[in-house]
Amino acid sequence: MSLSFLLLAVAALCVLSFYFGRQRAIALSGGRYSNLHSLPTHYGMYVALWCGLPALLLLVVWYMFQGSIIEAMIIADLPAEITGDPGKLSLALNSISLIAEGGGQHLTVSPEVVDAGRRLARLHTIANAALIVVMLASASVGIMLSYRKIDPEMRARNNVERISRWIMIACSAIAILSTVGIVFSLLFEALHFFSKISPLEFLFGLEWSPQTAIRADQVASDGAFGAIPLFVGTLLITLIAMAVAVPVGLFSAIYMGEYASSKFRSVAKPALEILAGVPTVVYGFFAALTVAPFLRDNGAIIGLDVSSESALAAGLVMGVMIIPFVSSLSDDVMSQVPQSLRDGSYGLGATKSETIRHVIFPAALPGIVGAVLLAVSRAIGETMIVVMAAGLAANLTVNPLQAVTTVTVQIVTLLVGDQEFNSAKTLSAFALGLVLFLVTLGLNVFALKVVQKYREKYD
Amino acid sequence: MAAVSQSAMTAEPSVASPKMTARDLNLSYGDNQALFDVNLDIVERQVTALIGPSGCGKSTFLRCMNRMNDTIDGVTIKGEVTLDGRDIYDKRIDVVQLRARIGMVFQKPNPFPKTIYDNVAYGPRIHGLVNSRDELDQIVMTSLERAGLLKEVKDRLQSPATGLSGGQQQRLCIARAVAVSPEVILMDEPCSALDPIATAKVEELIDELRSNYTIVIVTHSMQQAARVSQRTAFFHLGKLVEVGETDQIFTNPKDERTKGYITGRFG
Repeated sequence: MSLSFLLLAVAALCVLSFYFGRQRAIALSGGRYSNLHSLPTHYGMYVALWCGLPALLLLVVWYMFQGSIIEAMIIADLPAEITGDPGKLSLALNSISLIAEGGGQHLTVSPEVVDAGRRLARLHTIANAALIVVMLASASVGIMLSYRKIDPEMRARNNVERISRWIMIACSAIAILSTVGIVFSLLFEALHFFSKISPLEFLFGLEWSPQTAIRADQVASDGAFGAIPLFVGTLLITLIAMAVAVPVGLFSAIYMGEYASSKFRSVAKPALEILAGVPTVVYGFFAALTVAPFLRDNGAIIGLDVSSESALAAGLVMGVMIIPFVSSLSDDVMSQVPQSLRDGSYGLGATKSETIRHVIFPAALPGIVGAVLLAVSRAIGETMIVVMAAGLAANLTVNPLQAVTTVTVQIVTLLVGDQEFNSAKTLSAFALGLVLFLVTLGLNVFALKVVQKYREKYD
Repeated sequence: MAAVSQSAMTAEPSVASPKMTARDLNLSYGDNQALFDVNLDIVERQVTALIGPSGCGKSTFLRCMNRMNDTIDGVTIKGEVTLDGRDIYDKRIDVVQLRARIGMVFQKPNPFPKTIYDNVAYGPRIHGLVNSRDELDQIVMTSLERAGLLKEVKDRLQSPATGLSGGQQQRLCIARAVAVSPEVILMDEPCSALDPIATAKVEELIDELRSNYTIVIVTHSMQQAARVSQRTAFFHLGKLVEVGETDQIFTNPKDERTKGYITGRFG
């Protein structure tokens, strides 16, 4: 019985136990549900939860430990000459698992290893069978115990409520813990990198060239890790993107919110938000294949030397991508400005644009700043467009017509393909990731603070 | 009051040389008619109170008088409203200038999230009423003085207006309206969000403002109407039922519905 069948069986048990729990509660109620503390459904849910949850928990725990326990058992039986050497051991373990899966006929290995492979296969079969038995047993025990507890006095409703609260807590814990896990892995790998390259060189170095050696004492793939060109490139593209997104987004938000008739708004707003639904990779090849050549050709006409991968092309397209983000967020904050303030201004004889400039915009400014900061953090973290349109050369330049590279682009190029995992080159990706994470985290926290402060004012 | 007693026709809608008039005013929100053939005269330098049960159209009528209903979608207005004999719904009338002549104070104090000074200076600035900082200072001070707020705020003109108490905020809104030197001030239940002491102050202020401005006030409180107004108009179900001198309306109403509302039988 495979895992999916096992899960199906448990689910079926849950459904059955729900039904029987409910039936029993109805039977106990003597025809009047008000004799029960809770609704019959709650009793059914109670039994079903006790059937399913412990079994699932058991499954998770089982899989967490099964591998390592079996491996320990296998290793214990291997001769010392293999276990003594980590390299040999890992090679042997590979062969063992290959044999256990029925392959490995071409391998020339010692009989111990072949035996161990067979043994591993056997252990796996036993473990799976045991798992089935244990899970079904736990489900049945859960059903029996909870079924017997059904009683008109029992507070099934409160119990179900409590259990579902724990389920929700578990879900949010998974979300939070995985974030924490990612951050820590980032942190440790980055520390690993900083043990090879000094943080000062990384943060303030002007030369980024991880692929080639530029100093005599460096070996081939240990290049220069000065990240300043990447930071400057990222900043440049972000600035260009913001120069597009902020005015366009803001003005369209003002038009949508204050001027447009509700009819136009109901058509135009979703249309604008479609922009947000375009996959970034589409923006990316739009930037690389349409905008960049357009800029290069037209630049040539007026005598400008635009490289075919330019910060300008990537920034412009990224700006377009962020427009709906800015406009819908700032539309939200501006529509939160109370109507009474607009009335007050109109009542004094102000025109629409005066009201917007002097009353609505200042009142919404903190929220708009928050929106822009969130947009900035998006622009900094955006990858696909810049990978396709900005280029790879780590030029330290603020000329938007030249190719620059960004932090995200370098992370992609560092990790794409086969890499040795402990070279400074690969590890530098984690350091870059850490910087990126810290910057966007800081921006987001700051932006949310600003937005929150604004919210408190009118609610 | 002099003007009205001369005419000796207090129950009639028309008075001699009214500041504002409404003639056959009908207003609908979509298919929902809110005002039916309202005819009302507003006497200069008097306080006219509009009373009536909730939803009777008195606030809607007030908002017709400076075209604030223009900003609402789907409103149709028929009839005529005049200021000094000119139809304010005439296409040639600039609504911006109109609202500078007819100021408005709202139900809830709505100071802008700016400093006290900037709140009062807002109107004069956008209308270009001043040429120098000194002039502006002068207007701000006079307006605050007129609104009876100067003493309380003169040391903190640069602090945010939202920090004032509700009553102070409402008087600030009055100062803000006064600063553009309007001829008429419309007040939409200006005291409904205020405590009794702040209410008393605002009422006192309304009484003082009467010497310079024509005031129309919507109120739910009949005591307030009796205290501050010289003329009272009673609205019911979108119709103007009765209008006349306040004393007469409250002591000797002609219409049964007015009598019923005033004696508290409905509303």
